[in-house]
Formats: sequence, structure tokens, C-alpha cells
Amino acid sequence: MLCCWIVPVISMNWFINSAIMDTKTGLLGDSDKMWLKWWEKISENSWKIQHHYFQYIGSKRVAKAWWRKLLIAWVLGWTVVSLWIFCYMRLQVTEKRKETLASMCDERARMLQDQFNVSMNHIQAMSIMISTFHHGKNPSAIDQRTFARYTERTAFERPITSGVAYAVRVLHSEREQFEKQQGWTIKRMDTLEQNPVHEDDYAPEALEPSPIREEYAPVIFAQDTISHVVSLDVLSGKEDRENVLRARSSGKGVLTAPFRLVKTNRLGVILTFAVYKTDLSSNVTPKERIQATDGYLGGVFDIESLVEKLLQQLASKQTILVNVYDTTDHSHPISMYGSNVSDDGLQHVSTLNFGDPIRKHEMHCRFKQKPPWPWLAITTSVGILVIALLVGYIFHATVNRIAKVEDDYHQMMELKKRAEAADVAKSQFLATVSHEIRTPMNGVLGMLDMLMDTVLDVTQQDYVGTAQASGKALVSLINEVLDQAKIQSGRLELEAMRFDLRAILDDVLSLFSGKSQEKGVELAVYISDQVPEMLIGDPGRFRQIITNLMGNSMKFTEKGHIFVTVHLVEEVIGSIDVETESSSKNTLSGFPVADRRRSWEGFKTFSREGSTCPLSLSSSDLINLIVSVEDTGVGIPLEAHSRVFTPFMQVGPSISRTHGGTGIGLSISKCLVGLMSGEIGFVSIPKIGSTFTFTAVFTNGCSNPNEYKSQQIDNKSNPASSEFQGMTALVVDHRPVRAKVSRYHIQRLGAHVEVVSDLNQVLPYISGGKTVTNMILVEQEIWDRDSGISALFTNNLKNFDRGIPPKLFLLANSIGSSRTNAATSSVYTPLIITKPLRTSMLAASLQRAMGVENKGNPRNGELPGLSLCNLLLGRKILIVDDNNVNLKVAAGALKKYGADVVCADSGKKAISLLKPPHQFDACFMDVQMPEMDGFEATRNIRCMEHSINNWIQHGELSVEAYANISNWHVPILAMTADVIQATHEESLKCGMDGYVSKPFEAQQLYREVSRFL
Amino acid sequence: MDGVAQLQKQLVDFTDSLFQEGFLDEQFNQLQQLQDESNPDFVVEVVSLFFEDSERLLNELAKALEQKTIDFRKVDAHVHQFKGSSSSIGAQRVQKVCIAFRNYCEEQNIEGCLKCLQQVKLEYSLVKNKLETLFKIEKQLIAAGGSIPT
Repeated sequence: MLCCWIVPVISMNWFINSAIMDTKTGLLGDSDKMWLKWWEKISENSWKIQHHYFQYIGSKRVAKAWWRKLLIAWVLGWTVVSLWIFCYMRLQVTEKRKETLASMCDERARMLQDQFNVSMNHIQAMSIMISTFHHGKNPSAIDQRTFARYTERTAFERPITSGVAYAVRVLHSEREQFEKQQGWTIKRMDTLEQNPVHEDDYAPEALEPSPIREEYAPVIFAQDTISHVVSLDVLSGKEDRENVLRARSSGKGVLTAPFRLVKTNRLGVILTFAVYKTDLSSNVTPKERIQATDGYLGGVFDIESLVEKLLQQLASKQTILVNVYDTTDHSHPISMYGSNVSDDGLQHVSTLNFGDPIRKHEMHCRFKQKPPWPWLAITTSVGILVIALLVGYIFHATVNRIAKVEDDYHQMMELKKRAEAADVAKSQFLATVSHEIRTPMNGVLGMLDMLMDTVLDVTQQDYVGTAQASGKALVSLINEVLDQAKIQSGRLELEAMRFDLRAILDDVLSLFSGKSQEKGVELAVYISDQVPEMLIGDPGRFRQIITNLMGNSMKFTEKGHIFVTVHLVEEVIGSIDVETESSSKNTLSGFPVADRRRSWEGFKTFSREGSTCPLSLSSSDLINLIVSVEDTGVGIPLEAHSRVFTPFMQVGPSISRTHGGTGIGLSISKCLVGLMSGEIGFVSIPKIGSTFTFTAVFTNGCSNPNEYKSQQIDNKSNPASSEFQGMTALVVDHRPVRAKVSRYHIQRLGAHVEVVSDLNQVLPYISGGKTVTNMILVEQEIWDRDSGISALFTNNLKNFDRGIPPKLFLLANSIGSSRTNAATSSVYTPLIITKPLRTSMLAASLQRAMGVENKGNPRNGELPGLSLCNLLLGRKILIVDDNNVNLKVAAGALKKYGADVVCADSGKKAISLLKPPHQFDACFMDVQMPEMDGFEATRNIRCMEHSINNWIQHGELSVEAYANISNWHVPILAMTADVIQATHEESLKCGMDGYVSKPFEAQQLYREVSRFL
Repeated sequence: MDGVAQLQKQLVDFTDSLFQEGFLDEQFNQLQQLQDESNPDFVVEVVSLFFEDSERLLNELAKALEQKTIDFRKVDAHVHQFKGSSSSIGAQRVQKVCIAFRNYCEEQNIEGCLKCLQQVKLEYSLVKNKLETLFKIEKQLIAAGGSIPT
């Protein structure tokens, strides 16, 4: 769950970061490495986060708090990161701007310098020209006019000079001669500087003549543009004087500080070159230079216009502002160009070198416009922040979701626990309630029992009978509901014990025999010879299924028959092809039935069996039984087929009114069959009948699988059967199916059976047969068909001369009909055996007729009280109870049934008494006893028995010493006042065989005891 | 014979009253049914056994409840015994008090237990008296030559 969302978060992180990196690489260049490092750290952290989460996931609250902190850290971290990105990008932009500005500024400075140098070179060239043509020649080749014209025409060479003038060096001694030669006096300049005048009212004549000096430097030539300076003594001007003095001593071009030009009043500088008499070598002293000086050539530079012109030549002049300063005096820079805008924005300074080492000039450049908003930086950082916040939100939502899911999960667990508790409570409730109902019901039934024994008139008897029947129905209903509850809660567990299938079916048959006789429905059971005598499984539950199915059949069948068949699955598969003949007539009672083979069509066992048939046959330890209950009842309507196995569903409401029942039986049966790893199915044709078939898997109860056939004949548990060993019986029946059933039952007694279909065939058979026929069993249907033949047959039989005449029996369906019939054939009254045929009952009837001494006890069909007497008579029974009174009462009750009772008042005594060999047939054990309770005592006894059995088996103890019994297992029944399920289950778990409620109830006692004795 | 009939009627009436007042229940009837020629004094034997047993148990209970630290498991075991024996002879009222007694035991409610002990003693003495009276009437009846009506 965690990985699922951590992975997307990480990949998202990665994606964002890589995206950022992509956008950044261009801008950041060398910062890639740092990004990578940072990313590594992040991923490391996220790994740690996961690690921590897994550590803390156990304690939810800690994890939650931790997540919150992490979330805040995440958001803060990303905010810082995006701010940093913003600053970084902004810095980059500014840096770039600065670079641009610097390059532009430098470019301008360089150009300005170049232009200046060009002009300066030209002026220097002119100084050479003057020294050559003015001083070198006598008379001079240059006069004012020539100079003016020349300078005018070469002005283009000096684009930034507004004018050129030449001043000659005149010593005071030469002044008068000079003034005379020139025709004007040398005028002073400083007054003009102090009172600048406009060009218009400039009057050279008005100027004062220069005062007496050591030497003078009057201007003799001047370009026309500045012709007004002719005759002015430049040495008298403050700036000019300094300039001139420096120029002549250095021999290089020298610049003045910027000043307002005379007349034009514009800012300008004057470049001054000294003109020497002779060519001077480069290493002459300044003094020698001064001596050699002839004059001074000056050029006026109009800086303002110069820069302006220059800037106009360049592109993008609008984008920057240029200022030029003279910074010879650092504290007071003199602005030479540009408006003095005080802007603290970006500024670049380039130094200008105009060839004068003393003067320093600087160019300051600024952008005209303010820097634009750094949109890229803003959008990038905001984008990153937004993404980080989104990721944070996803993170938050996920954590919340996880917390919620966890909460839900815990809630569900809680609910589940509660539901389970409720389920347990439900079963507990059902168990308790049913127990609580059963207890008073037992009282009611007991009372009714007793009431029946008192003297009652017919009506009263009827009422009591009805009440008792209803009570019993109620108890059975409660048991069913309890069963259903147990099955639903999965608490039903099957027992695994040895049992005799045939005996169980006889038992069930006896249950229904009364009803079937009453209804005139023929009831029959057939068990295949292949089915082993003893099986291991849960006989109680098996009986319950059969009883349910037969009960249903009995309810819905008014005529015809109910026929139970038990086969091995393998047998049925083998016979599927053989039994293809139409079964419509070949049935027990002649009524058509639903084809039972269709009822198992859907069984998985069969489809599986088809392929693995040999395999399942070889594993002979597992017995696959298939049981069919076939009836000729009303059948189930087609539309109800689907809900036959649904609990509490009956075909219709009218059914439950007419037939009663809860409709729970089949559902329980289905569950039970499922528990026996079998399947249940049915086929039903309305008006014809239904056939229910189920399979069940049992374990073979015979130790040697090959033995069972011989056991079937020889080793009957019923002692009566030995009497019929070797006898021959003749069954007269025209219906093969019914004859098969009769044969099955008689064969179980050990007799040999032959079947003929007609009375007329009997005599020839008897006389012609080699063996002696001891008895003839005639189906009532045949007997009644023609009374004449019957009578004749009787006579013939009576006159039969070969030895003892065989006994004649009539197999009758119901008592009533056979009685009337018996009355008519008075001559040789055949003995009547009422169906359904049961081995024990058959044996008893035959014994009576054949004069065989009746040793056995008729077990079935008798009143329980009487049966109990028979069951318990002479049995030695141990009762264990710590309560003397209880002990006495229980002993009294059992003694009443003729049992030989021994009492023990503690579990320990019971153990010592039940140490094999002993004579006890059964033990009734109280559950709750001090010191050692019933369960523990039973466990000890079972343990003891087990070890002794083992020793006997291994030959360590002789069987003779243990009364020839090699398998000791004394039936132990729990006695308990509360019959709740838990007690029952525990009693089975510790090796008890059953339980009886205290105080004893005759029916229950009989049911439990009959299973063992 | 009048005396016999009178005694018989007295016996029947007395028995009926015992059932109606709830001293005895159906179990006592069953007990009586268990008595036959082979075992003529069965009921008396059982009931006197019950008396002996009960007196022992009541003593032990009283002793157990006097202790400073009460062993409720022991008390419960005694009451269980008492309940078992009383239900076996059908002494219904004693049995019912025993059930309540066991509940208090489970709750470890000393006061309730003591109260129940008194009650159980009372019920026991009552049923003892009644049964003794019953047996006395029966004895008289038999001495008078009559048979006990069933």
C-alpha cells in the first residue's frame, strides 16, 4: 500500500526536478552539479522517510505527527527553494544587463578616444606645418588668411575641434617690435574670462591691452570660427596659461579642464601643442624645451557636440545615457557631457585616455529605462512552488486517506468481532433456549407418559396421545433448529465410529413401519452385498439423513412404495448400462417411479469417477456409498425444484398446512451430506414420485477388506441367524425387485434363497430340487390373486410326502388386510409376516414358526421401557457420581430396568474399577465432580484402555488375561444436568460415547444405551 | 378401615399440598416409582441420605462462609452438590435457592451468599419437616394396615 504511493511521489519528484534542471541548464550552466548533489540528498532523505515510516507504522499517532512535520518541512523547503531560484535568475539577468552596459559603454569610450586621437594627431601635424612654414621660412609663408583657409578646408580632418589657433612666443623685449609688426597690441584675456560676453557684442577693440609680463603668447593665426581670439594673450588666461606652460615643458599635447568657451559659451577643452625652433631629441630636459619653444598651437574641442555626434553614429543610443566627466580632481568631477541625472541604478564607468597623463576623464553609462520585471524567474519559481504544493497536497491527502482507511479497517475489525460475538451469542442463545425448552418439555412428556399409564377413558387417552405426539414433534423441531444453527456456525463435527449400516437401516425402517402399515405403503430396504458390514463414520448423522428423506417420502406418499437402496458408487457405475430396461413396471409395488439414475446426473463424483474409476476402486479403505430413497408420492412441482434444499422453504404454504414440518430437514440433510464429502440430488415427476439420492464417503470398518463378505454370512452379530444356517427358503414373487429385497433379508439370516415367480412353480421346484426346502415365503399379492389356487396350493403342500413339509409364510403389507385373508384360508393357515421386512423381526417370526428357541431379544418395535428392560437386564453398569443422593437415585432408576449397578463416588474409584479386565458393560459418569471431573476420568480410562489394547496387539500381554477381549472400550455416558452443546462436544472430545440428562428420561436413556448394548 | 381411608386421604392431601406449594416436583414422583417390592424403603433411604448429606453440606457452607477470606470455589462446589442432591429428590425450592446461591458465588457477593445460606437452611428445614411428616403418615398408614396410594 505504502510503496504504491511512495513510488509515484518519488517519480513525480524526479520529474519535477528533471524539468527544473532542464529549464535551468541553459541559465545555470555550471550549477548542474550542485543540483545533482541536492537531488541526491533529497532522494536520500525520501529513502530515510520511507524507512522511518516503516519503523513507525506500528504506532499510528507517532506516524501521523511525523507526517505533519514532514509535510510542513516539505512546503517550507520548497518555498525556500523557489525563492532561491527566483533570486538566482534575477541575479543572472542583472549580470547580463551589466555586461551589456559595460560593452556598450566601453565601445563608446573607445570611439570617443579614437576620434579625439585623430583630431589630436592632426593638430600635431599642423604644429609641424607651422614650425616649417612660419618659423622655418623668412619671411613667413603663412599669414592669417592662409592659415584660416587651410584650417577651414582641413576641418573635416578634425571633426570634433571647433577651431584651431596659433599663438607665438613673444618675450617682453620683443613686444614693441612685435606689436609694430602686427599692427595691434597684445590684449589680456582674463578680463574676458571674468565677464564673458556674447558673440554679438564681442568687440576686440574694447579689450584691454595686456599688462607687462616677462613673456607673452598672443594668438596670431586663428581659424575663422574663432578668429576673435587673434591678438589675445593666451598666457593671460588662467586655464590657457597653465596649459601652455605644461605643453611646452612636456612637448606633448596637453588638455585643459573643461571650461566655458569664450564667445560660444559652450563647454570645451583646449588641446595645446608646443612648437619648437629645432627638432628636439626625446631626452631633453624641460628647461631646454622651454628655451626652444617658438609658439603654441591650440585646438578647441567642443566636447558636448563631439559626444553628441558620436552617439548619433551608434545604434541603440536611446537605450543608454552617457555622461562624460573630467575626474582630474576626484572630489570634484567636472561634467563635460550629459544631463546630471541622479540615478542610483545600474552604471558603468569607462576611463577615457586623451593622451594627457595629468588629465583624467571618465565616461559613465546608464540605461535609460528601468530593468524589466524578471518574468521568467517569477513564473519558474511560482511554478515550482505550485507543483511542490500540489505534491504536498497529494501527500497530505494520501496520509489522511491512509489514516482513514486504517481507522475504517480497525472499525471493521471491531464490527467483525462484534458480529462474531453476536453469532456466538446467537448459537449460545439457540442452544440455551432449546435446552431451556427441552427441559420443561421433558417434564411435560414424562407427565404425559405417566398419565397414559393411569386409567383413562378413550377420549382422554386420545387427548393425551395427541398432546404427547405434539410434544414430541416440538422437541424434534427444536432439535432440528439447533442442528441448523450448529451447521450454520460450522460447529457440527462428524463422529468417526464403527457402525453397522444394516442395523441402522433396520432401525429407521422400524420407525416408519407403523406409519407405512397404517397408510398401506410398502416399505423396503435393500443393501448391496458389496457394502461392508461395518463402516466407520457418523451413524447418528447418517441415520438423520435417511430419516429425513424417508420422513419426507412418507409424508407425501399415499399409495405404492418407499424403497431405500444402498450401493457402492462403483457398483452403480458398473450397472448403469445394464439397467437400461424400462423401470416403469419393474418396481417394488408396480407403480411407476421416477428414474433414480437421473437424480445423480449432476453428481461430480460420477464425472470424476468415470476417469479415475480404477484408482478409487483400489483404495478400498474408503467406501463410497450411494443411497437412494424412491417413493411413489405426489412428487415435487417443477417450479419448486430449485428451492428444495433451501431452509424453511416448502413447496407452498398449503403443504405445510397439510403435511406439517418446517422444511428445514432437506437443508440439514444437504449440509450433512456435504460434511460426509458426498452430494445430494433428486429427480421428481409430479404425480409419479420422487427419488432422492445421495452419496457419502465412509471408511471401511472391517480390518481386512476381503473379510467382509464372509463376515456377512458367518459373523452375524445377531445370534438368531445361526439357527437358519444351511436352510433353504423359497420366495414366491413375480416382481423381481421385491423378490430381491426379500432375498436380501433372508440371506442375512444365513439361509439359502431361491425365487420363483408363480405358485404353480413351487411344487415342481420342491419335488425336483436336490436340497430340502425349509420354508416358502409367498407374497401376499400372489396369494390374494386367486384364492382357488392358493387353497389348492395349500392342500398340495399339506399332502407333500417328502419329509417335513416346508413352512408357509405370507409376506403381508399391512396387518389389517392379512388378518381378513387369514380367516378365509382356514385349512392351512400360513403364518403372516408383516412388512417392512427387517432382519430381526423376520428372524423372530421364523423362529416362532420353525420352533427354534428364541434366544434373542426382539429389539425393535417395542415400547422403550420394555426395551430398556431387555437392554439393561443383567447388564453390569458402573455409576460414578460424587453426590450420594444422585448416585442412589440413578442406581435406583437403572436397577428398576434390571441392571446390575455398581456405584463409585469419585473419578479415581471409577478408574480403578474400570481397569481391564472388568465386567462392566457400561459406565454412567457425572461430569462435575471435585478432584477429578468426569472428563478427566474418562480421558484416563481411555488412555488406560488404549495402552492395554496396544500391549495385547503387540503380544506383550496375553488376550486370555483380559477375558479374551482384544479391544477394550467400555461405553461411557456422561450424566449432565445441562445439555448445552459445549458440554456435549467436550464429552465427545475426551472419549465419551454419549450423554444422558439427569434425571434420567426413559426415551433418551434407551436411545443412548441402545447404541452400545 | 375408616382410619385407613382417613389416613390415605390425609396422605394424598398432604402430598398434593407439597406439590402445590412447590416443595417437591415431578422428580419426587419418579423417585417413588422406583420404589417397589424388591426395594420397599427406597424413598426413605434416599431422603434420609439426602438429609445426612445436606446437614453436612450446610455445616461446611456455614464454616466456609465464616472464614475471613472466603474460598468461593469451595463454596460453589458445596452448593453444586447440594443443588444436585436436592434436584435428585425433587426438593424444588431448595434447588432454586441453590441456583441463586451459585450466582452470588460467581459474583463473589458475600452478603448475597450469607443471605442465601440462611434461605437455604430455612428451605431445607421446611422440606425436611414436610418430608418427615409425610413419612410419618405413611408409616402410620402401613401400621394401620393400609397401602400407600399411588
